[in-house]
Amino acid sequence: MGILEVKGVGKRFGGLQALGDVNLSVRENTVHAIIGPNGAGKSTLLNCLVGKLIPDTGSVLFSGQSVLGRKPHEINQMGISRVFQTPEIFGDLTVLENVLIPCFAKRDGAYRLHAFETVAHEAEINAQAEAMLKGVKMWEKRAAHAGTLSRGDKRRLELAMCLAQGPKLLLLDEPTAGMARADTNATIALLKEIKARGDITMVIIEHDMEVVFSLADRITVLAQGTPLVEDEPEKIKGHPKVKEAYLGEAH
Amino acid sequence: MLGLGKRDLIFLAVVLALTLAAPVLLNPFAENSGLAQFNAGYPDLMQRIAIFAIFAVGFNILFGLTGYLSFGHAAFLGVGSYSALWMFKLLSLNIIPGIILAVIMGGVFALAIGYVSLRRSGIYFSILTLAFAQMSYNLAYSVLTPITNGESGLQPDLGDPRILDAASSSGSVPPTNIFGLAMSETWKVDFLGRVFQFNAGYYVCGLISVLMFYLALRIFRSPFGMMLRAVKSNQNRLNYTGLNTRPYMLTAFVISGMYAGLAGGLMAAMDPLAGPDRMQWTASGEVVLMTILGGAGTMLGPVLGAGFIKYFENIFSKINDHVLQGWFSVFPHWLQDLLVTIFHPFMGKGWNLTLGLLFMLVVIFLPGGLIEGGNRLMRLTRRRRRDDGPRPSEAPAE
Ligand SMILES: Nc1ncnc2c1ncn2[C@@H]1O[C@H](COP(=O)(O)OP(=O)(O)OP(=O)(O)O)[C@@H](O)[C@H]1O
Ligand SMILES: [Mg+2]
Repeated sequence: MGILEVKGVGKRFGGLQALGDVNLSVRENTVHAIIGPNGAGKSTLLNCLVGKLIPDTGSVLFSGQSVLGRKPHEINQMGISRVFQTPEIFGDLTVLENVLIPCFAKRDGAYRLHAFETVAHEAEINAQAEAMLKGVKMWEKRAAHAGTLSRGDKRRLELAMCLAQGPKLLLLDEPTAGMARADTNATIALLKEIKARGDITMVIIEHDMEVVFSLADRITVLAQGTPLVEDEPEKIKGHPKVKEAYLGEAH
Repeated sequence: MLGLGKRDLIFLAVVLALTLAAPVLLNPFAENSGLAQFNAGYPDLMQRIAIFAIFAVGFNILFGLTGYLSFGHAAFLGVGSYSALWMFKLLSLNIIPGIILAVIMGGVFALAIGYVSLRRSGIYFSILTLAFAQMSYNLAYSVLTPITNGESGLQPDLGDPRILDAASSSGSVPPTNIFGLAMSETWKVDFLGRVFQFNAGYYVCGLISVLMFYLALRIFRSPFGMMLRAVKSNQNRLNYTGLNTRPYMLTAFVISGMYAGLAGGLMAAMDPLAGPDRMQWTASGEVVLMTILGGAGTMLGPVLGAGFIKYFENIFSKINDHVLQGWFSVFPHWLQDLLVTIFHPFMGKGWNLTLGLLFMLVVIFLPGGLIEGGNRLMRLTRRRRRDDGPRPSEAPAE
């Protein structure tokens, strides 16, 4: 059984069946890509995994435990972090503070009254944050306000924030969208490096096929809320259904 | 030292020095000069500034850091005052037990009101806090009269049990004190025609306010303070980072309620009379004004705002038509009358009108408050100096 088991998940928005009957099994420490045209329901599926949406039908198990009905912070504390399609960062805080917060969240849990400790004196946490920022080459920008960063930098920052938590499952919603080619390559390299450590499972949504094929162990093609095929990258490349539904029309 | 960095430590030392020297610094004008009316070194005014600074600094921990605008904080102030007065009546006119209970009760009430109000955010949160505060105000007037003594207010009297110190009094109610040192005790020093008043009550309020300022500074620099700023910046991301915002918000609410309770307790300690108007919405609005006027989210802003409002309230309310006529006596008679008529609505009881205008000007032109004004001035002078030729010691431009 996989670390993430999605069974029969459906979600309807008014008259729109955004997700039909989605089944997905992600094996531990692998990279699973979800591809599909715009509006296929990819982000909606992730929303159902992190507690942003509650699916109308089906079940979602993470490490054998149901995530449905849990609050976002509880699901995160189970070990699921997410990079959003439009970056969700703390725009008014500095880049460094953005990464310090997940470091504290990892150490202290969902709540702790650390009102009379001093951020600057937490040597270990600061060292972690520094390492994370250096990992995404953002250390030089640590004093900048996160809201003033470029789109690509915001994404890398968000990735660093998620990695700082040391999640078991990392959900990536188009982590390279809006990035320059060089930055995209740097992100691919970083994700490969993380994958090579072999202690993290990733679900990645991506339009950039270069990213998908260089990272994924398995690929699911989603169209109109239902998975068309799921297979290894090589087999997906030549699959007629995929060409028809996705590769043919995008790019 | 004290868990603060070097810059913060210097900052705190300056605040402490200013607080200690306030009776001198705020009295720059000779007693018999025409400018004496602009002096602020009176015990009563300085006490009020220190107390409202505590109130505003606490309010700022909630509003400045998290962005949640409470419109009911005066309720905690009132609760603090009533609690302290009951201690003065039941236990002792030594203010310490009263102040301790005021802080505790401020916190307890904030816990109850915060628990309910924090189920909503934005304008709904503000309305809920306002509703609770108005309920408290009305209860103090009506049903709770046995506890609050209704409209006439609660004050110590001769019949009080005062278990700890009743024996020491005879004939009249003794003043509130700390181990015998009366809060009204004042040493007057005559110096170069100026009368400096060193008042025990002011020093109690002043030192406590420095302590509370220090605690707020620690909170600002703590992981907890950072989480509160994160709530304001992006609550969603905070949730998806595994942090539960509700208890963080509730803690901030309770802390600011305890600050308000303390302020209320000190008010009662300086002048042992508490009425329900202390809880009215105008009082809640005043602390909002102070915080925004000074600069929400900054350390010093609320203190400046409190000082500014209380000082000008005091000055303006003293200026009547007679004083105005004096000012404009250099002009011909008709112009003098005209100017007096124009300025009249803004002076004396019309001070609120002036405050309203000032507030509008600040919000429109200086959204960051007086602190932002100060920063802009500083940047301006620095730039001017740089134009004159940079000094080698100066840090490079950002
Ligand atoms: N909260 C919502 N309310 C109503 N409709 C929604 C909501 N969220 C998504 N939808 C609709 O559901 C469909 C699937 O959206 P989703 O964002 O999951 O697509 P996607 O596969 O992520 O597309 P993209 O590649 O553009 O990000 C779209 O038609 C979208 O308009
Ligand atoms: Mg999407």
